[in-house]
Amino acid sequence: MIRFTHASKRYPGGHDALTDVNFHMPPGQMAFLTGHSGAGKSTLLKLIALLERTSRGQVFVNGQNTAKVPRRRIPYFRREIGIIFQDHQLLFDRTVFDNVALPLIIAGYPHREIGRRVRAALDKVSLLGKEKVYPITLSGGEQQRVGIARAVVNKPALLLADEPTGNLDPALSREIMAIFTEFSQVGVTVLIASHDLALIESLPNRVLELKNGKLVADSGDDSEQVA
Amino acid sequence: MAKSARQSGDNALATGLHVWLLRHLQVFFYSLGQLSRHPFATLMTAAVIGIALALPAGLHVVLKNAQQVSGGWDGAAKISLFLKKTVDDRQARALQAQIRKLPEVGQVRYISRDHALEEFQRLSGFGDALDALEDNPLPSVLVIQPGLAASQPAQTRQLLEKLRNYPEVDIANLDMQWVKRLYAIMDIVRRGVLVLAVLLAMAVLLVVGNTIRLAIQNRRDEIVVMKLIGGTDAFIRRPFLYTGFWYGLFGGLIAFVLVSLSFSVLSGPIERLAGLYQQQFVLSGLDFDSALLLFAASILLGLGGSWLAVGRHLRDIEPA
Repeated sequence: MIRFTHASKRYPGGHDALTDVNFHMPPGQMAFLTGHSGAGKSTLLKLIALLERTSRGQVFVNGQNTAKVPRRRIPYFRREIGIIFQDHQLLFDRTVFDNVALPLIIAGYPHREIGRRVRAALDKVSLLGKEKVYPITLSGGEQQRVGIARAVVNKPALLLADEPTGNLDPALSREIMAIFTEFSQVGVTVLIASHDLALIESLPNRVLELKNGKLVADSGDDSEQVA
Repeated sequence: MAKSARQSGDNALATGLHVWLLRHLQVFFYSLGQLSRHPFATLMTAAVIGIALALPAGLHVVLKNAQQVSGGWDGAAKISLFLKKTVDDRQARALQAQIRKLPEVGQVRYISRDHALEEFQRLSGFGDALDALEDNPLPSVLVIQPGLAASQPAQTRQLLEKLRNYPEVDIANLDMQWVKRLYAIMDIVRRGVLVLAVLLAMAVLLVVGNTIRLAIQNRRDEIVVMKLIGGTDAFIRRPFLYTGFWYGLFGGLIAFVLVSLSFSVLSGPIERLAGLYQQQFVLSGLDFDSALLLFAASILLGLGGSWLAVGRHLRDIEPA
């Protein structure tokens, strides 16, 4: 699903955010990406979502070489990926329903289909009763769940989450992780950047550790070499 | 099998078109709804556009009216043919009949030598002095009023050349200097209005562009989110373009109302003035074609202005 081969990212000005990163994630796997702040976790996710492009090496997503995706195809490329942000990136002038419906509206789904899918996504994150409220009235955990619902509403094969539990207490964090685990169990590939080591260690998933832009540890590499 | 495949293809196309139309319609009204949330700000922008467009539109109508008035004066250009003294009364009348048959000619009036002398004696006050002359010094004259086919200055001049070539004619005179001057002045005014219109159109373009630029900045977060979850440039651009469309439409509407109001205020006094000159004149306002042009121009300027802003600023906003 995701394959990095000798991928490096140097930002203008000479800062090396990632150096020679190699790993492979098969479909349906859930993995954590960890490391100190500035280790390159966000950059790695950005390379997958084509928010940044590699300087050297290659990144394949769903069999597609990201370097070969032209600028005008990027929106269609991103529709295959659900992205969850630490700061939720919700639109506060729209209801929960409208926020979650946005990817479907963008993709041009018919009206009935939108209603059905939004309710299904909200059901998965246990927010079915909150369709009509505005995100500002929700708690941090609820807002994050709205963000997750929006990321999964058009059933992407790949979920990326950048510090999804960054602002949440441990109980809420575990709740969020349980939701991610559920998705990976139905075949969604999930990559979560997090520095919440206590939480990560409590879960059995593969852990990729970055240090100064280099991949220094990978707990699941040997067992997952099926294409 | 192949048929059903084609049919489903057609259906997909029809559904695609349907969806496309529906989305445009949604954005069409969504952008209107966004504008109606801030009615005062919207009205201010539309009023600026309206006033900027009302000026050239109003001048255009003034010019049209002036043309209509001066059209009545075209007939005042008369050609005087002074005939040779050897031409007698009978020959002159034959020439009059001949000229009258020309398609460019409206009316021909014949003033015989005797009649001319009589008139001159009566009007000049030199009656007694002229009596002292043995011979009538005045030539007979044909006064020609060009017809509709020769109402333009160039055509009138052609007619003059034609008439000058008759052997009976001694001198051919065209009294149209002032008409030419009037036309020249109107040409200048018309061009001035055009220059003004272009300048004000640019102003409208910039006003709309700036307003849309602010709207883009205000909704920066929204644009970032849209781009993050796979919104195409066209999708993100669309509401702003429609907003520009609405500004253009409202601006055109305001310009139309302003021009119509101004002319209804002016029409009374102008008709009174025309009455004092014993002229029948009805002030015409914006006709259908001009109004259509006004609306088309304002909508195009609205769209163009937003296109400029969107093209420049949407690309700058990228999620990071």
